[in-house]
Formats: sequence, structure tokens, C-alpha cells
Amino acid sequence: MARRIRGLSDRAIAWIFVAPTIFLLLAVNIFPLIWTIRLSFTDFKANRNREVEWIGLQNYQRILTDSDIWITMQATAHFLFWTIFFQVLIGFTLAWLINRKFKGNDLWTTIIVLPMMLSPAVVGNFWTFLYQPQIGLFNYVVAFFSGVDPSSFEMIGSVKLAPWAIVIVDTWMWTPFVMLICLAGLRSIPDYIYEAAAIDRASKWRQFWTITIPMVLPFLMLAVLFRGIENFKMFDLVVQLTGGGPGSTTELTSINLKREAFEKWRTGYASAYAIILFVTVFGLASIYVKALNKVKER
Amino acid sequence: MRKFTTIAASTLSSAVLLGGASAWAEDLTLCWAAWDPANALVELSKEYEAQSGNTMHFEFVPWPNFADRMLNELNSGGKLCDLLIGDSQWIGGGAENGHYVKLNDFFDANSISMDDFAPATVYAYSTWPKGTPNYYALPAMGDANGWFYRKDWFERDDIKAAYKEATGQDLREPQSQKELLQIAQFFQGRDIDGQTRYGAAIFTERGSEGITMGATGALYAWGFKYENTPGEYDMAGAVNSPEAVEALEFYKEFYKTATPPGYTDSYMEQGLDAFKSGQVAMAMNWFAFFPGLYQDPDVGGDKIGFFVNPPQNVAASTLGGQGISVVSYSEHQDAALDYIKWFAQPDVQAKWWSLGGYSCHNSVLNDPGFKDSQPFAADFLEAMGGVQDFWQEPVYAELLLAMQKRLHDYVVADVGTAQEALDLLIEDWTETFEDEGKL
Repeated sequence: MARRIRGLSDRAIAWIFVAPTIFLLLAVNIFPLIWTIRLSFTDFKANRNREVEWIGLQNYQRILTDSDIWITMQATAHFLFWTIFFQVLIGFTLAWLINRKFKGNDLWTTIIVLPMMLSPAVVGNFWTFLYQPQIGLFNYVVAFFSGVDPSSFEMIGSVKLAPWAIVIVDTWMWTPFVMLICLAGLRSIPDYIYEAAAIDRASKWRQFWTITIPMVLPFLMLAVLFRGIENFKMFDLVVQLTGGGPGSTTELTSINLKREAFEKWRTGYASAYAIILFVTVFGLASIYVKALNKVKER
Repeated sequence: MRKFTTIAASTLSSAVLLGGASAWAEDLTLCWAAWDPANALVELSKEYEAQSGNTMHFEFVPWPNFADRMLNELNSGGKLCDLLIGDSQWIGGGAENGHYVKLNDFFDANSISMDDFAPATVYAYSTWPKGTPNYYALPAMGDANGWFYRKDWFERDDIKAAYKEATGQDLREPQSQKELLQIAQFFQGRDIDGQTRYGAAIFTERGSEGITMGATGALYAWGFKYENTPGEYDMAGAVNSPEAVEALEFYKEFYKTATPPGYTDSYMEQGLDAFKSGQVAMAMNWFAFFPGLYQDPDVGGDKIGFFVNPPQNVAASTLGGQGISVVSYSEHQDAALDYIKWFAQPDVQAKWWSLGGYSCHNSVLNDPGFKDSQPFAADFLEAMGGVQDFWQEPVYAELLLAMQKRLHDYVVADVGTAQEALDLLIEDWTETFEDEGKL
């Protein structure tokens, strides 16, 4: 026996070590995915004891032609675009400022990253108080600068303002994450490049556009990828903040999917919905990663 | 020898009998929502523990998560709950999906008669299919959506005079939905004792059942029906009738003109907070909260009054309340049934009412002193006489979420008209019933 073990090839030993992980991956990722694909072609409802019928592409057809689903897709796209836009803009600016050497630099970094250390559910909850029209600090701050009555506008209750209310909170919470990644990028740029540029009499502005931005870009793109994937499946923060309302104004796809799957118990339909979302994220992320690799190669 | 055998047998049987109490003692878990009546039930159940030797455990879930949590538990065949006080709308799913134990044989064997309970509560909380003598729960907690108001403000001369001047009418408990709105609009933004007050706190919550439970208070009062012919699922003309459209427009007007700012997603707790903090003159909420409100040191006692959901075309209230069921996945079904047997006793039901629970037992409700036993008792009886409930179908959750969406879209988010909202609701419900093979 001992001789046999001694006689194992490197490949076999590698398999022995890797096998448990592969098995686990198959059990918790691949099998549920295949099972979900299978369910998506049925009318299965997890809360009903009835025969499951194979209905082909009916669930997919229903989802893709449902105007309510497209409204949630639009809400998700709005949320995704603006959160990423603001987080990149503010995150990079903060990173650039923090990267300057000044007194209290470390303290400010710690203060800035505090929001991302909080639980999204907690953040969602306390921002509902901040947005409260009668006692909310946010309304009073806006009122102080604009002169309007604090209770004259409702960030969460207004159809026009609610989509921006969730963008503001997500930006507040996750800008520090983008800032940290950008900071890592900025600090990875060797000083001698700037020194060489200075010798060549390149202006600060030119240094920024020809050295800083290109060298930070891969980091920035990575941050966008992370935030994009995270916000595409955003759930907890928005549920706590608006519950998807008013009406369905802030009902993002993940909230809508959860309602279909675990409140209405339309398991087959929800499986098809999940597959559509998975393919969308996977497809977009793949294209994006290819672009990211090209930027890195430059 | 025979004597010895007899003594030995007697000793053995005595030992078995004496030890029986502890051998039978079981741990029972009762699941319900976390609210005032649940605390009363804990108190009440102490007597059961003393009598039976069983130990009661309680799993109380806050209302916004109650349905999610408990329906997940049932659908997954969970053994957490031996007894469940589930919402009335769950009875269809509980029965058809095999979550609840059918109680007919148990009732017969223990001489528990459904005739001893108020008919409306038996119909709503216990039977499936509706109205048939197939019982899956014992009526445990009667409830309906009612109203309460600041009686001290209503009785103040300056406010009464101002109301008379503004409307030409006397300020009183509203006798119709339109009078209710008129009073609420009168109080909206009014300065009382140096503070800005608002009309009323109503239900507008989007996530679970809030806005449906609130808006149906108006819809039922206008004569809303789910079907033209009960059991036929023929909804067109009933759900979107002119009366239903008018009622929904009324509810939207109420929300827009007579509620505090920011009341876009409020349900029981938010309504109670608004009233207790002196923000609003009136509020809708479940009768279950009325004992606690009456005891409130700031707004209770002489300062509070109660009234039934005012009629418009008909007298009607939205049904709340629950029956108590034995979960079929429980490993302690005998003990759970034993609890129900104890709970069904008239003296236990009387104590249940005295502790703040709403008994559905006729011996309590028909007691001559009942109406005067609490300031809201007469209103409760009146409300229970005209209660209407949401669909109780096994797919009730799907039906409810569709209504939540359509109502919130129209009332709070200003999407479309009342007619469009109700037309879309019929489309949603039709699709659901088609999927279920009922249409």
C-alpha cells in the first residue's frame, strides 16, 4: 500500500488535493445552476404539491415581453450607471487628494472608509431617518442651503427623487471602496516617471493625462467591474431604504426576482428570470474583462 | 403469591402513572407575529404549562417579515413550529399544501363545536374550501381594521368651533368615509398647542400587505367585490366597477391631502408612532392594538376614542385576525392538539379577552357585559359583523403582491388612473388563476 502511494504521479497527487474543492464547486455552484436551467423550462412552484409541467420557453417569453420587467431593468440601469459614475468621479478625486502628502492623511483615510465598513441593512435603515421629511437631517441640510421648506420634498416618497435617493446612499457607502483601489493605483506609479516628465518640462496637467490616468486606468476599470457586478445584484440596501417603492420606482431586478421566487413562489418563472440575469451579467462582464486585459497590455 | 403479584402490579402501574406526567411533558413551540396580543398569549399560556406540564416556547416574528418567514418554514417542511397562528389568507395554502392538520376528527372527539365560535371567524379563519365544514384552525384572534382618534381634540370647544366654521357641520365620530376624509383634511396642517398636526395615519406600505389592507377599507365600504359570482373567478365588472374606481380615487385623495409628509411606506408601527407622538388626529389600525393604545399614558384613557371603519355605500371592515393550527410537520402533534383543546375552553377564552386577546368564542362575545368591558368592545363586535377578507386561495401571496404593486403604483407613485390600476390588477389575477387552472 505504502509502495502504491509512493508510486503516485504528481498529477494524481494534484488531483487528490484538488478533488474536494472541485466536488464542492460542483455541488454548490454547478449543480444548482444546471438545476435552475432545468426548472426554468417548467411551471414548478416550490410551495405547491402538484405535477410539474414542461412548458418550454414560455417563461422566457413571458419575462422578455413583460413591460413591468423592463421597467425594473430600466431602474437597475439607472442605478448602475449613476452610482458607478459618481463613485468613480468622487472616488478618484478623493484618492488623488489623499495621495498628496499632508498632515492627518491617515486619519482622513480612516474617516473616509468608515461607511463601507457598515452593514448595508444598517445604512439603509438610518438613511430612511436622514431622509425623513419632518425630522431628517438630509432635508434640513438641503433646506439650509436652498431655502426650501424641509418637509416640502420627500426623497424616498417622490417618484422623481427616490431613484436619486438610492444613488446617493450607495455612492456615500461605496465611494471609499473605489477610492482605495484608485489609491493603490496611484501609489503604484513610480516617482521617477513624474521626475522624468518634469525634466522634460511636462506641465502638471499633461502629467495627469499622460501618466496618472493611463497608469491608474486598469485599477479604475477593476473598481468599475466590482461595483458593476455588486450593484447589478443590489438588494439589501435598497430594500431597507425604499422597499422598491414608491410604486415600483426603485424596484431593481434583484428585488423583483426575490418577490417572484420567494414571495409569489413562481419557481420556474423565477429560475428563467435568474438565468436571463446571469447571462446578462456574465456576458457583459466577459466583454469588460477582455477590454480590461487590452488596457493592461498597453 | 397472587397477593404479591397484585401488589407488584399495582406498584408498577402506579409508578407508570405517576411517572406519566413527566414522560408526557413536551416542549411546544408556538409561532405567531410579534405584537401586543402575542405577549398576552405568553401570559395566558403559563396556566397551560402549569396544568399540562408541557413547556411552551414562542417564536414571534415582526409583522413585515412574518409571512415571509413562516411561509418559508411551512414550504420547506420545517419543524420549528408545532402550533402556528397564521394569517387568515394562509388557510387555503395551509390546507391544500398539507401544512396544516385537518381538525375535524379532533374536534368531534373532544366535543369542540364550531357553533360555539362567531360564524364570521369560523368562516374566515378555519374553513377550506371556504364555508365548508372542513376545519384547519380554531379561531384564535378575532380582528378587523378600525379607527381611533384624539377624543380630547374632538371635544375642545375651539376646535369644534373651527370645524363648524370650516365645514358647517359638527365635529363627531365620522359616519361615512367622506366625512372621515373631511375631518382628516380639517386637521391636516392645523396648529394645535403650538405644533403642526396632520389628518390621519393610513396604511401605504408596499412590501408586504399594508396598502392593500388600508385601501380595501375604502373599497369594501364602497361595495367592492372580488367576483361577480362567488367561486367563478369572474372579476371583470366587480374588481373594476365604478364604485371600486371611486373608492380607490378616494383613498388616493386621502393619502395626498390628509396624511403626514413622508407617509409613503407606512403600516402598523408607523401609524401607531404617528398617533402616539401626537402627529395625527386619527389613525387606522387593527383592533388588536386598541387595548395597548387605551393604556398609553400619553394618548390613551380619556384622550382616545375608537370607531368602526365608516360605511359609504355599505358597512364593511377589512378582516384581520388568525386561527390557530397544528403544523403537520410537527413531531409533537398530540401535545399541540392538547393545547388547542385547552385554549378552546370558555373560561380560558374569557381570560384571553381579559388579557388583551380578541376571543372569538360566543360565550365571551355574547356575554351581556362584553360591550361595556372595554371602550372598543362594542365597535369590535360591530366590525366583526361586516368583515371582508382578501382572497384565501393557495396562491394568495401572488394575488396579494399584484394588488400591492398596482395600488402603490397608483396611490403613491402617481402611475396611471384608478381605472387602469384595477384593470391591470384583473389582468394579473387572471394570469395567476389561469396558471392555477382555475380559469
